[in-house]
Amino acid sequence: MPRQLCGLTTGVVRVTIVEAVTVIATESLSKRFPRVTALDRLSVDVGPGVTGLVGANGAGKSTLIKILLGLSPASEGRAEVLGLDVATKGADIRERVGYMPEHDCLPPDVSATEFVVHMARMSGLPPTAARERTADTLRHVGLYEERYRPIGGYSTGMKQRVKLAQALVHDPQLVFLDEPTNGLDPVGRDEMLGLIRRIHTDFGISVLVTSHLLGELERTCDHVVVIDGGKLLRSSSTTDFTQTTATLAIEVTDTDEHPDGTRAVRESLHARGVEVLDGSNGLPGAGHILLLTAQGEETYDLVRDVVADLGLGLVRMEQRRHHISEVFTSEEEQRKEAAVHGS
Amino acid sequence: MAVEQPMRSPVATPGDQTRIHNIGYRNYDGPRLGRSYATRSLYSQSLRGSYGLGRSIKSKVLPMLLFVVMCVPAAIMVAVAVATKAKDLPVDYTRYAIIMQAVISLYVASQAPQSVSRDLRFKTVPLYFSRPIETADYVRAKYAALASALFVLTAAPLLVLYVGALLAKLDFADQTKGFAQGLVSVALLSLLFAGIGLVIASVTPRRGFGIAAVIAVMTISYGAVSTLQAIADNQDSTGAIPWIGLFSPVTLIDGVQSAFLGASSAFPGAVGPTNGEGAVYVLVVLGLIAACYGLLLRRYKKVGL
Repeated sequence: MPRQLCGLTTGVVRVTIVEAVTVIATESLSKRFPRVTALDRLSVDVGPGVTGLVGANGAGKSTLIKILLGLSPASEGRAEVLGLDVATKGADIRERVGYMPEHDCLPPDVSATEFVVHMARMSGLPPTAARERTADTLRHVGLYEERYRPIGGYSTGMKQRVKLAQALVHDPQLVFLDEPTNGLDPVGRDEMLGLIRRIHTDFGISVLVTSHLLGELERTCDHVVVIDGGKLLRSSSTTDFTQTTATLAIEVTDTDEHPDGTRAVRESLHARGVEVLDGSNGLPGAGHILLLTAQGEETYDLVRDVVADLGLGLVRMEQRRHHISEVFTSEEEQRKEAAVHGS
Repeated sequence: MAVEQPMRSPVATPGDQTRIHNIGYRNYDGPRLGRSYATRSLYSQSLRGSYGLGRSIKSKVLPMLLFVVMCVPAAIMVAVAVATKAKDLPVDYTRYAIIMQAVISLYVASQAPQSVSRDLRFKTVPLYFSRPIETADYVRAKYAALASALFVLTAAPLLVLYVGALLAKLDFADQTKGFAQGLVSVALLSLLFAGIGLVIASVTPRRGFGIAAVIAVMTISYGAVSTLQAIADNQDSTGAIPWIGLFSPVTLIDGVQSAFLGASSAFPGAVGPTNGEGAVYVLVVLGLIAACYGLLLRRYKKVGL
């Protein structure tokens, strides 16, 4: 729900900007291998919250995470994580951040509890604290009785939860999640995304999550960073991506007086000079949804008054966001056009 | 009221259960003990793992069995010595590990892959390196853990012999000296065998290959060296025997202890290395241990994330 509000009013967005302290900052960060340039003068600032890192395979996502963990020196430029320089404070950074790799990383012959306790100790937690934090964290990620069984018998969804738990067990200030929804079915995917959202809202831990599915990031992230070929394509907040135009979706009930309430509202709004689109998209059953462009507060009032005058019930009035992918598609088209014009 | 209250509590029980699930997230503000603590934790976990502790019952069987096999002959010798009121133990402290080398090799072959191949195979290594410890910490912890496990395996029967010898009222100074020499010898042996085992095991994520490769290296090198030594002995070129001994881990340890630790050599014709040759042995052993450590470091530099 707070996310919806965030989309409705720009005021909330401003508050996050005021709070913003940089969690990750890179400055013309480059990483060159003998044959490939993995990162090319990447400068990006990431604030607290959930940040999506998008890029195709080989775009430099993993290389960036490696450098940010202080495990691989940058060829050029500098980077800071939580205000610590990655070149000199690698160990301090790794004590304060968590990392969930993309690939499998769990030994099958130990239980989730034993494994996560061990990983907690590897993060520097004393034995008792490690055990307590493990129990807490496994519960938070949704593993209960099964945590005493060997990991080998777990489903993919449960394994992903264990991987997430080991990244959170030492209560880091920031976690890197590499493709956390890989291999999950739609339900598992939704649960994982909800969990990622909670990592920030409930646990207060900032998240850098990579994915190649834009739809996921749109639902989960406050901020999206797009890299391609090691270069920064775009970095902006999700609301910027999706709030270029605010579309309002309304659905009303029918009454005896107005057997087709939807049409009555449309005509009535049209009479007052408001453009109304059909929200059906040719899908059956969706014809009851009207889409209109919100001009500001007065549009909401107008809709309320019109519906009240007609004596109908207002079932739904919600902000429809544009999808990030649409923004990207249009941007790509623009770039292509520019390229055509350029040549 | 007094009747109502006890009735309420069972009703509240399901409510309590759901509330357990709803405890909010608690931050951790306790101590973070850092790199050296993490390295020690990895060491103790690996050491325990080498005897199957903290692992499944199945993985306890082999190490525990080998430990028993190592100690039983010592116990029997002690029993015989006490019963027959012998003036000396039937076997030198330094000789015991050489006699039991097959058991030691088997232990290294089974536990070195267990220690490192599993982390490689299940790709757990990146998780370690995403934490405060560095490559060198990981290598040191794993090396120290396996060397300690081997020391426990090889020193325990010596302790049995020593305690038995004291019970049999053998000469205290003599026995203590022998025991100390034995301990030094098995300490060197543990370091050398652990290094060789880990280097071989760290190359392959497949445990089976690791086991086979370690056994092959240990037995083939020993077989080849002792065959060549026997041939040299037959042809009366006794000067070559110590030099051939440099090429297998067991004969290396044998050479070092017969030169400096008062052991009688197990080489054919009991031709141990002279002091000069012994110095070469010590240098080769130390060099091999350092080389194993260096190779492991290099190997794990590449594994990373």
